[in-house]
Amino acid sequence: MANEVIFHSIHLPESWKLENYLKAGGYDALKKVLAEKISPDEIINQVKTSVLRGRGGAGFPTGLKWSFMPKNYPGDKYLVCNSDEGEPGTFKDRDIIRLNPHQLIEGMIIGGYTLGAKVGYNYIHGEIWECYERFEAALDEARAAGLLGKNILGSGWDFDIHAHHGYGAYVCGEETALLESIEGKKGQPRFKPPFPASFGLYGKPTTINNTETLASIPYIVKHGGQKFLELGKPNNGGTKIFSVSGHVNNPGNFEIGMGTPFSELLKMAGGMKDGRKLKAVIPGGSSVPVVPGEIMMDLTMDYDSIAKAGSYLGAGSVIVMDDTVCMVRALERLSYFYYEESCGQCTPCREGTGWLYRVIHRIEHGLGKPEDLDLLESVAGNIMGRTICALGDAAAMPVQGMLKHYRNEFEYHIQHKKCMV
Amino acid sequence: MLNIEIDGKQLTVEPGTSIIDAADAAGIYIPRFCYHKKLSVAANCRMCLVQVEKVPKPLPACATVVTDGMKVMTRSETAINAQKAVMEFLLINHPLDCPICDKGGECELQDLAVGYGTGASRYTEEKRVVFNKNIGPLITTDMTRCISCTRCVRFGQEIGGIMEMGQISRGEHVEITTFIERSINSELSGNIIDLCPVGALTSKPFRYSARAWELTSRPSVSPHDGMGANLTVQTRSNRVMRVLPRDNEEINECWLSDKDRFGYEGLNSADRLQHPMIKRSGAWHQCDWSEALEFIATQLKRIRDEQGEEQIAALASPHATLEELYLLQKLLRGIGSNHIDHRLRQSDFSADASLQGAPWLGMSIADLGQLDSVLVVGSTLRADHPLLAWRLRQAIQHGAQLNLINPVDDDLLCPVANKVIVAPAAMVDALDQVLRALAGESADASAQAIAASLKGGERKAVLLGNLAQHHPRYAEMHALAQQIAELTGAQFGFLGEAANSVGAYLAGALPTGGGMNAAQMLDDPRRAYILLDVEAELDSYNPAKTLAALQSAQLVVSLCAYKGKAPDYAHVLLPVAPFTETSGTFVNTEGRAQSFSAVVKPLGESRPAWKVLRVLGNLMELDGFDYDSSEQVQAEALAGGIGSKLNNALKAPVAHAAGSASHGLQRIGEVLAYHADAIVRRAPSLQETADAKTPAAWMNGETLAKVGAVEGMDITVRQGGEGAVLKAMRDDRLPAGCVRVAAGHPATAMLGGLMDEIVVERAGS
Repeated sequence: MANEVIFHSIHLPESWKLENYLKAGGYDALKKVLAEKISPDEIINQVKTSVLRGRGGAGFPTGLKWSFMPKNYPGDKYLVCNSDEGEPGTFKDRDIIRLNPHQLIEGMIIGGYTLGAKVGYNYIHGEIWECYERFEAALDEARAAGLLGKNILGSGWDFDIHAHHGYGAYVCGEETALLESIEGKKGQPRFKPPFPASFGLYGKPTTINNTETLASIPYIVKHGGQKFLELGKPNNGGTKIFSVSGHVNNPGNFEIGMGTPFSELLKMAGGMKDGRKLKAVIPGGSSVPVVPGEIMMDLTMDYDSIAKAGSYLGAGSVIVMDDTVCMVRALERLSYFYYEESCGQCTPCREGTGWLYRVIHRIEHGLGKPEDLDLLESVAGNIMGRTICALGDAAAMPVQGMLKHYRNEFEYHIQHKKCMV
Repeated sequence: MLNIEIDGKQLTVEPGTSIIDAADAAGIYIPRFCYHKKLSVAANCRMCLVQVEKVPKPLPACATVVTDGMKVMTRSETAINAQKAVMEFLLINHPLDCPICDKGGECELQDLAVGYGTGASRYTEEKRVVFNKNIGPLITTDMTRCISCTRCVRFGQEIGGIMEMGQISRGEHVEITTFIERSINSELSGNIIDLCPVGALTSKPFRYSARAWELTSRPSVSPHDGMGANLTVQTRSNRVMRVLPRDNEEINECWLSDKDRFGYEGLNSADRLQHPMIKRSGAWHQCDWSEALEFIATQLKRIRDEQGEEQIAALASPHATLEELYLLQKLLRGIGSNHIDHRLRQSDFSADASLQGAPWLGMSIADLGQLDSVLVVGSTLRADHPLLAWRLRQAIQHGAQLNLINPVDDDLLCPVANKVIVAPAAMVDALDQVLRALAGESADASAQAIAASLKGGERKAVLLGNLAQHHPRYAEMHALAQQIAELTGAQFGFLGEAANSVGAYLAGALPTGGGMNAAQMLDDPRRAYILLDVEAELDSYNPAKTLAALQSAQLVVSLCAYKGKAPDYAHVLLPVAPFTETSGTFVNTEGRAQSFSAVVKPLGESRPAWKVLRVLGNLMELDGFDYDSSEQVQAEALAGGIGSKLNNALKAPVAHAAGSASHGLQRIGEVLAYHADAIVRRAPSLQETADAKTPAAWMNGETLAKVGAVEGMDITVRQGGEGAVLKAMRDDRLPAGCVRVAAGHPATAMLGGLMDEIVVERAGS
């Protein structure tokens, strides 16, 4: 069941070219929507049936999100694609744009049709410039073929997409900071409510979806929501791209059905590097709590299963760690990231991320004190849930997860001023 | 209405109310830093986190809108833990150096740290250091103390009208700063000192001069512009140390202009006159009060008896108090003279016979913020009336249209719907065009647009500013503006120039019954002049002419807090108390009488002018000068109330002479904000601001070329005999044929009329 939905055509040479996408049945879904004049409500129903959940990390049901957009709004509405993939361990959206940009474009066009938007934006992470260029090229191809722009496929309906590249701030992946950034302002999350569905880009109703989410739409429209759902498991519809990195022989992106056992995914990734022992996995990108290897081997790759183990599926960014990894060093690196990337708006995150990093840095460098571990837990707890956006939580959760499962390594480090491993 | 509960208290609140506003109204205090009632909600400090029933996470009270049945707990364990955690985060990088911080003792962070902080910090890492910025002469920065609440940033964007401060960088490295090494130049900049909840932005003039707890706070009223901002004056050891705003929603809200805030420095100027002085045989001598007053009485009597009471005149400043102005006119009229005026910068008095009362704003100050459309005629708005300009911006934020007929096109920090920028001489015609448009006659496009704008709104106004009031054809402009207002159903008003412009009318400090007005007194010089708070060369329409008249007089008595240039033309100098050293009343531009008391004792031998004038009345053996208090004077001056005496309408039409052809160049002589009155001229910090820089001769490129000058060149501008050497500067927004040369400054004090013809010569030629 691999490469069923989004990567279905990437085996073709130059899969990113329009002609090759068309050969693989691309834009059939859009043609069907326009030819059969499928109603937006019907599309939303199909998306609801599919149980497609937001692939950016939060897992919010896409059909429900789409239904929040005001239907009879007397002005502009916007669709925004969030390709600001910047969390350590995430690298799926860049491959979607690189290998199959037209499926994203087709998904965005259908999204624009469904939501009543005339314009869509794709906000592409600033450090993957070649993907930005490839996406622009694909937009040009689509426009030239009458698939995008004025009077799409002779339907009389207009929709255009603009690519917008960021400058590498992680926080701009937060949807309201992303909107601020498109507006030319400093990338800082907005307080919600109001939510983007009522006050979004330029103050207009806006829906923001992840790249993978939107790229899944053509399949759902073409084959029906039920078929998509059946690719996964109940409440966890469809396939998901897992980005496997770390100590595996064959790191990379793997599109598999939701609910596939982790052990199978690990096999697809070539198994543990040099045959070493699996120590731990961060299953959803660096912001989610770490899961010990032995627990991980019993889990399936879907939202519900991972949540039961106290972590999150997140964006499906699976960081595999073998028994050579020092958890203090690993956490130091993760905490440095959040310390660097906090936008600085909310006090707990602005001040707390630096505090966490400095204490962990001290421990790693043999200057830890026994009371530091309680302090870390307390500071992380004081950041958690106290900020405008989830970046504060993202900084706190890795600390909490590491201390929950590997406190002994931290204690050893403090006592012996060196690594256990 | 919604029913909610905060800390067990049942409350009924309007839908849309935030938890913090509902709590404030109910007297329940929730700690906060970034929240401010006048600014947009940022929700970034997180200090106001409270617990809301059925919500798992604590919510910011500032950004959470109440819902029906909501139960809020501001002091529960969850809430207190969250608040204490935020306080700990705020303090970890804050330098805990309150003993050497200028904000110590009046710091919101310090105050709340007492309630929410702990004795010792758990943070043992290195603290953050942020380099300070020099942002100008008024505000000191200590950016390491900044807690990034962004109040100062939002003030600039939302109130000040110009985003001078912003936040750069990310995370722990965020910094509040100006745009690349720029200074803060807004005329409202000092408010960010009040807004700053920590010691990051403090007053530069006040810095390290006193501690908050050493100061005595007393209420007062601003003596500067016509708004009458409410002040808290803080004193120590009989010296004014600082001025802060006193909240008054109907007037200044919680704001002050920089002039009102920092002008107090002029009170402690070395130029203060501290003893009465008499000039005998060409030399100045200190003397005591009785000698000075008896000398004056004797001389006045002699001139009256020998040359007639018609030879005695008085010129008073509209910055003097109601009581002072009332007694001055009573003295003059007691002597038998009607030659008194306070309108020193006015040049056209031809509508005087048609006046029916005191010209005023025509509405309340708060109403300005509610207008839908307004036409402002002749005003350097931000300089002359900083907070009235904010009220108009407030209206524009709500969708109002601002229309302008002006000789200058300065940035008003807000969109201007329609503007006609013409030479002063053409302003009358511009008004006439609007009137024609309203009458359905053919008129130019901009006049049509202004007429349409004024016809459109519900609440609208036509307002005449200082430049219009000083204009050589003021009477015609008054009449035309009145007609425009009548035809559009707009309010008609005047932006009062000085703290007591309305009060001076009410006090009767203007000629009646054949008396001479300010211009006539100079055209036909008198033998004796009494000056009240007047600096003749800086406060009059035509300084050269004023000085000539005074220099030819036999007796000039100057009642003033300062020496200034008075020794050059006066014969007796009487040190009278400025507003902080006397009781008195100012009637502001909306007709509101605001009385105040002395906050310190008079400096040296200074005395309140009302007492000086009372004694002078006694010495002149006049009836009705037996007052025991300034309140008695006020009661007499305001007998019959104020409301019935405010009237902007002329009772007879003024003939409108069609466009008079102007030859030569015309001066646009606005009065500089920080040179408008005697006190502010002597406030050193304000004098260091960009707004106080030495006047230049501004022309548009075409005029500049015509006079053979290039930008930056020294040129001589001349009116009458005297000339001033100024830098030629280019401003293409100015109308052709005009030279903008500001007044009120020593560099231009020898020139003539503010809007009269001016000659430009190459310097040295």
